[in-house]
Amino acid sequence: MSVDVTAEAAVAAETAATRITRIRPTRSALGIDLRELWAYHELLFFLVWRDIKVKYKQTAIGIVWAVIQPLMAMILFSVIFGHLAKIKPEQRDIPYPLFVFAGLLPWTYFSASLTMSSTSLVGNANLITKVYFPRLIIPLASIFSPLIDFFFAFMVLIGLFAWYGRAPDWHAVAIPAFLGVALLTAFGVGLWLSSLNVRYRDIPYAIPFLTQLWLYATPVIYPVSMIPRDWRWLIALNPMTGVVEAFRWSVLGSGVPHYAVFGVSSLVGLCLTASGLWYFRRTERHFADII
Amino acid sequence: MAGLAIRVEGLSKSYQLGQRRGYDTLRDSVAAAAGSLFHGRRGESHRKTIWALDDVSFDVQAGEVLGVIGRNGAGKTTLLKILSRITEPTRGLADIHGRLGSLLEVGTGFHPELTGRENIFLNGAILGMTRVEIARKFDDIVEFAGVAEFIDTPVKRYSSGMYVRLAFSVAAHLEPEVLLVDEVLAVGDAEFQKRCLGKMQEIGKSGRTVLFVSHSMPTVTRLCDRVIMLEKGAIVADGPAIDVVSRYLTSDEGTQSARRWDDLESAPGNDLVRLTSVGIVNRSGEAVESIDVRQPVGVEISFTVLKEGEPFRPQIMVVNEQGVHAFNAMDTDPRWRQSTAPGEHVSTAWIPANLLNEGLMMITVFLSTLASGRTVQHVLERDVVAFQVVDPVEGDSAKGDHSGQWYGGVRPKLDWDVR
Repeated sequence: MSVDVTAEAAVAAETAATRITRIRPTRSALGIDLRELWAYHELLFFLVWRDIKVKYKQTAIGIVWAVIQPLMAMILFSVIFGHLAKIKPEQRDIPYPLFVFAGLLPWTYFSASLTMSSTSLVGNANLITKVYFPRLIIPLASIFSPLIDFFFAFMVLIGLFAWYGRAPDWHAVAIPAFLGVALLTAFGVGLWLSSLNVRYRDIPYAIPFLTQLWLYATPVIYPVSMIPRDWRWLIALNPMTGVVEAFRWSVLGSGVPHYAVFGVSSLVGLCLTASGLWYFRRTERHFADII
Repeated sequence: MAGLAIRVEGLSKSYQLGQRRGYDTLRDSVAAAAGSLFHGRRGESHRKTIWALDDVSFDVQAGEVLGVIGRNGAGKTTLLKILSRITEPTRGLADIHGRLGSLLEVGTGFHPELTGRENIFLNGAILGMTRVEIARKFDDIVEFAGVAEFIDTPVKRYSSGMYVRLAFSVAAHLEPEVLLVDEVLAVGDAEFQKRCLGKMQEIGKSGRTVLFVSHSMPTVTRLCDRVIMLEKGAIVADGPAIDVVSRYLTSDEGTQSARRWDDLESAPGNDLVRLTSVGIVNRSGEAVESIDVRQPVGVEISFTVLKEGEPFRPQIMVVNEQGVHAFNAMDTDPRWRQSTAPGEHVSTAWIPANLLNEGLMMITVFLSTLASGRTVQHVLERDVVAFQVVDPVEGDSAKGDHSGQWYGGVRPKLDWDVR
């Protein structure tokens, strides 16, 4: 943490015109005060920073976990699905471990975000009942902190490429866009689950089950091409299908991207976020009373 | 800066009884929904609504230091939470002019794994300070807390005193134009409390607006120009601090640590015996309002017997401010077996050190006759006096180094046999 920051600018900004805080009962669940959200961007930063810092201070091997988890899953899946069940990627020249690891990367990020965000509001109950800030900051922070794990796991992917004597495709420059959809989906589902969890504490019990089912409903261990053509629309409704497929295309350069699949997935992710925001706004005002 | 700082109009907040208890389970809601399907009514229609705050209106001028007093459950905290925007009002409105800062507790968001330095930044951001602002005040914060040499140590290794000092120090360096404070001063050791009070006074004098919620009447009188008193969610008094505080102390709603009835005719009792005074005293016999949990405390009961013939036995009941009945105690002195001589009698009940829990304790006094299977109560003065039990958390009381809340009607310090 660097402390040597010059302060004159801040002092000037502080003594701006008198602010008026208006307190009224909320009538509508629509609309998000983006200006206010921006005013609290430093808090967002500090919460993300806290989550990352605390996570790695409390663990003995720290950041290694970010690498071990997808690596072990990759080995397990490669043995069971690649070796025993003989699942083959669409492009026969791509080794299965590389194929599955490229899928596991966005997936691991997504499931970690989901788990973090679903309990984020309840986990920060002490803040919610004692201090005001836009509550949206909390689930928002929880989808950013797993990005650091993603980053380290990505280093492993690069290592894996080197191991197989390959280079990532130039399409990899598009990764941020695909990751953006994963973020959006995690945020949308996280908004629903975290606000539901304030009232119904059943959510943490449902999460491991949900992520497990969702993993198998997402083409992580198998390619979309294995799904009969008539049923592909169904799997495309899962926003993570588009993300995983597009991610794989961008690093492995496998074939043509499934534009339609990615389009549908993005749209579903957007709907999840919009409805999640609506539900969050609707229930937000009672958080401090019932949490 | 002059003008209006806070305007509150018709502010009300209702809770559904049963909702307040916290979260529901999904099953309950599903069951309620199913129930309403079959019975044709909403599941929660039989829930009772209570108004924690009921049509409260007041204005605060810029630079004013306003105290808010009232018994537990009077709506003080609800008011503070609405003005801090933690919870929403059900009806009414409030406008706050100027940069708003609220302190409902110190150290909100402190994380034990993070160092003092890291927590200053995190806590500062939570309280609404910008990073540059915290950086600018950093040295002052550390100096005020006196934790310079431990600044890069995780706060989980801090003593509870250091922890509280650091937490308060961050809060004290928040520079809002309007500050809302709950009883955060009731923390730390006496020396630190004094410094906190000094800091609060400084804030008050610097022309900033302060709304201060407290149980401590001496503090309120010292810090506030004006006080409002809440009762059952409504304002029952609003005026100069001295007036409202004395009204609070003399009303039934108030609490005081000594009561005296000079006029025997109107004193509690009957024509056999009258209660003349009840007071709280410390070991050296001085009247006190609060007591260190590690010290014994005496309840001094004086009564005048008017007619000979009955034995009068004093008895006390101790109830805490949540209404939890801690215990009853009877004066077992053999003299109360025979009829009591006319005249003034004084009996002091000594509550041992390390027995009571922290907080406000209310004493009910009885004078009764217990003879041959019948009990006659001559005096029953409910919540006649009250006193604060304070734990400075120096590690030698029953809660050790734990600085947070401690549940229970009593809190005895036990002998722990370690082998």
